[in-house]
Amino acid sequence: MATKSTSYDAIIVGGGHNGLVNGAYLARAGLKVLIIERRHVVGGAAITEELRPGFHFTSFSYALSLLRPDIVHELDLVKHGFMPILMPSSFAPMENGDYLLLGQDRDENIKEIMRHSPHDADAMDRYEYDVERVCQLVKPLLDEVPPNIFGKSAEDLAETAELVRHLRGADQKVIHDLVRMLTGSAADFLDDYFESDILKGYIASSGIIGTMVGPMSQGSGLVLLYHSMGEHDGHFGAWSFHKGGNGRFTQVLAQAAQSFGAEIMLNAPVSRVVTKEGRAVGVALEDGTELTARTVVSAVDPRRTFTELVEPRELPGDLVENIDRMKFQGTSAKVNFALDGAPRYPALGDRTDQYLGFVNIGPSMEYLERAFDDAKYGWYSQRPYIDCAIQSFVDPDMAPPGKHVMSCFVQYAPYHLKGSDWDTERERFADTVQGTLESFFPGFGDLVLQREVRTPLDIERTVGLTEGNIFAGEFFAPQMYFFRPAPGWSQYRTPIDGYYQCGSGTHPGGCVMGAPGKLASQQILRDLAADQAATG
Amino acid sequence: MITTTPFHERLDQLNETGLWGHWSGYLSATRYCSSAKHEYFAVRNSAGFFDTSPLYKYRIVGRDAERLLAGVMTRDVRQCRPGKAQYTVWCDDRGFVLEDGVVFRHSQDEFLLTAAEPNLGYFSDLAGRLDVSLEDVTDELGMLAVQGPRSRAILAKVVPGVEELGYFEHADAKIGTTPVTVSRTGYTGDLGFEIRVARDDALPVLDAVIAAGEGHGLRPFGEQALLMARIEAGLALIGVEFSSSRFAYTDHERVTPKELGFGWMLRGIDDETRPFIGRDAIRRELAERTSRWATVGLLLDWADYDRVYEAAGLVPPKDETPVEDEFMLYDDAGARIGYTTSQMYSPVLQRHIAIARVRPDLAVLGTRVNYELTINHEYQTIAAEVTRLPFFNPARKTA
Repeated sequence: MATKSTSYDAIIVGGGHNGLVNGAYLARAGLKVLIIERRHVVGGAAITEELRPGFHFTSFSYALSLLRPDIVHELDLVKHGFMPILMPSSFAPMENGDYLLLGQDRDENIKEIMRHSPHDADAMDRYEYDVERVCQLVKPLLDEVPPNIFGKSAEDLAETAELVRHLRGADQKVIHDLVRMLTGSAADFLDDYFESDILKGYIASSGIIGTMVGPMSQGSGLVLLYHSMGEHDGHFGAWSFHKGGNGRFTQVLAQAAQSFGAEIMLNAPVSRVVTKEGRAVGVALEDGTELTARTVVSAVDPRRTFTELVEPRELPGDLVENIDRMKFQGTSAKVNFALDGAPRYPALGDRTDQYLGFVNIGPSMEYLERAFDDAKYGWYSQRPYIDCAIQSFVDPDMAPPGKHVMSCFVQYAPYHLKGSDWDTERERFADTVQGTLESFFPGFGDLVLQREVRTPLDIERTVGLTEGNIFAGEFFAPQMYFFRPAPGWSQYRTPIDGYYQCGSGTHPGGCVMGAPGKLASQQILRDLAADQAATG
Repeated sequence: MITTTPFHERLDQLNETGLWGHWSGYLSATRYCSSAKHEYFAVRNSAGFFDTSPLYKYRIVGRDAERLLAGVMTRDVRQCRPGKAQYTVWCDDRGFVLEDGVVFRHSQDEFLLTAAEPNLGYFSDLAGRLDVSLEDVTDELGMLAVQGPRSRAILAKVVPGVEELGYFEHADAKIGTTPVTVSRTGYTGDLGFEIRVARDDALPVLDAVIAAGEGHGLRPFGEQALLMARIEAGLALIGVEFSSSRFAYTDHERVTPKELGFGWMLRGIDDETRPFIGRDAIRRELAERTSRWATVGLLLDWADYDRVYEAAGLVPPKDETPVEDEFMLYDDAGARIGYTTSQMYSPVLQRHIAIARVRPDLAVLGTRVNYELTINHEYQTIAAEVTRLPFFNPARKTA
């Protein structure tokens, strides 16, 4: 695809949601911006594909929650078609045929929880309140560049002091809960509140998403906290479907970026970042085209940012070491279905209103932990955790009338299989998933018109996420905040002047959040202003 | 005694909440499921239906029907050709708004008027010796609003020709063998239609619409969802944006069409061939620029909103439930410059919005005002900006 020019103020490598957000902010600030995407479509892992006429699949990413509200407003996304649709309920089937169905009416929810455990009826409010207090404390950190706690400049010291001041202002219990979540397991945290297996399984599922941990592993608390911090529509922990799927959302972002003047180049794999005397001066495409820019931003993951787009030899050894040992270990897969009709849950007869939000196949903590057990020893779960989303029930644009598309996020599916490989196992793995669904929804298999399997290897191949890790680097305390992606390099800069990083491998991390893209743009603009001031 | 609409039997089956309000003596669903916001999203994203039967409906027939309405209504009903409809207010002698409603013209001599309040006596008294008959047909008809982006595709399956209906047009049609009147009208600010049907035929018509909506995300919505949609649409509500001048104790409670944002209804006010009630007063108001207020939209500054709440140690509340109450507006010097009448957090705009009345000189796009509310039992202000109504105005509404 031809571009208007070969010279830009800023070139962004990678048209995923963070690349688009970054490019939009830079263009909005007046820079001449080019966003380069390897594939035929922008969006990275947030794409919607019509894989069968009339059936729109959210092939990878399938819901919104953590997207920062300031991005919606500052980039004027509503004008370009931003439309998150509320998920009014969550449904958690059980292995004995019963279920937990939670909706928008608190009192109804209490009654529903009481069915499973009278004890837990008042626990939900306490749990949600306590987690909300932690979110309230942590939220400002999502919207700021992490301080460089290793830096000695006056600015670094001031920023570190500000962080300490912020934390010191918090309530003792809130700080304690925060540390328990950041370092402990989801199981330990939930056991304090709940006794019901189904409730614990349902909540703990958010503690394992995308991560090589079980709910009883230390570290799952951090993932649980992270997934509680979305504030879709101002409600912590609320999730929505974007109209037309997350692919429509990234199209909205692309339109916003273009409205500020950013150009987008598709089908253009970048082979390397061109450097000259220790500074980035542009990029070279695989077809040999060279494009110049004073600022080059990598929106791809840290492994690619530091070891593929540039020569590791040009980087400090400790950074290369840290990136090499950064944990990716993707452990999630997608199996998406086109369905001929609504799945039937026997206990609910012909009802379908339980499908308006997530359908959580993770009926107990033990179920989840056993699913993890398989992964620990290098195999995919024989009874996997499945987060199903049948968006066509709330968004008729997704499938023809009466038909449905069902996105299934499946765990565990470790990138490295012991004694086999994903290309060999793909269909057997999908059969396992479909078999599990069949056990909850008898007759499910008869509804399947088409099945699309996205193994961690497919995720890596198609989207470019190393080892298929959906967060572009695992959520793991030593890889978060001022350690993300590596100690000393959490402020979106790199050791190469003019070369920046803005992908989900930077703070605050993955999910369709956009914060890395935005925060990186702020850093770039600050640096450009400082350069300009220095050179007069 | 409270009564039920012709659709009630089916709606009662659909209402999972058991929540009903009373509207003009009829049961009217507050919401059908646990989430009014879900019902609201049906209207903005797929389609919803709402039972609007409790609206008062008057059939006005006769050689002088046009003459009567032209002499009462603020808008010129003579411009409304058969097959068209007009939203209009009517005023008192002093040019203050009494009420609002929609006039549907069926033929040269036949109209149907909808109104929120009973009006038969008022219009009959004004008819005097004119050749016109007025009849309250509220109870004879069911009225079903089908609203949202999919409404046209759904109705097209059961009402041939509905695709050709323009905005504020109506036509007689058949659903199956049942005669209905379908209009391109509604109270949601979205693409939408209303179906009028004889009481006894109402249920099969509703069932046909529900069947046509299968797979299109059609669902019933209640008053809570309707009121959310109407604020985004910037549509005035009697008892909220205005109260009838007839029952006001002071002029503070009264409002003129111009003040209510209906300056567009006053085109043709200089037409000497049409005296109507309140015309002279309105002319004076316009000539002497004595309007006290202008109705505008307010967009609250999202960042300021969050900042003020967060500084108070609170999680900023973002609640789509409409608050139909007055909140004061100030300029930077602290002078009171207006007030709001309705406010909510808008899910489609992702920010707080309010329908407001400000001093006319401040009704300029982008004017900054300070919106007062209470936080932790103290008055606080949030920055807000004057914008145009409607807040949400999708092209499909009129396309």
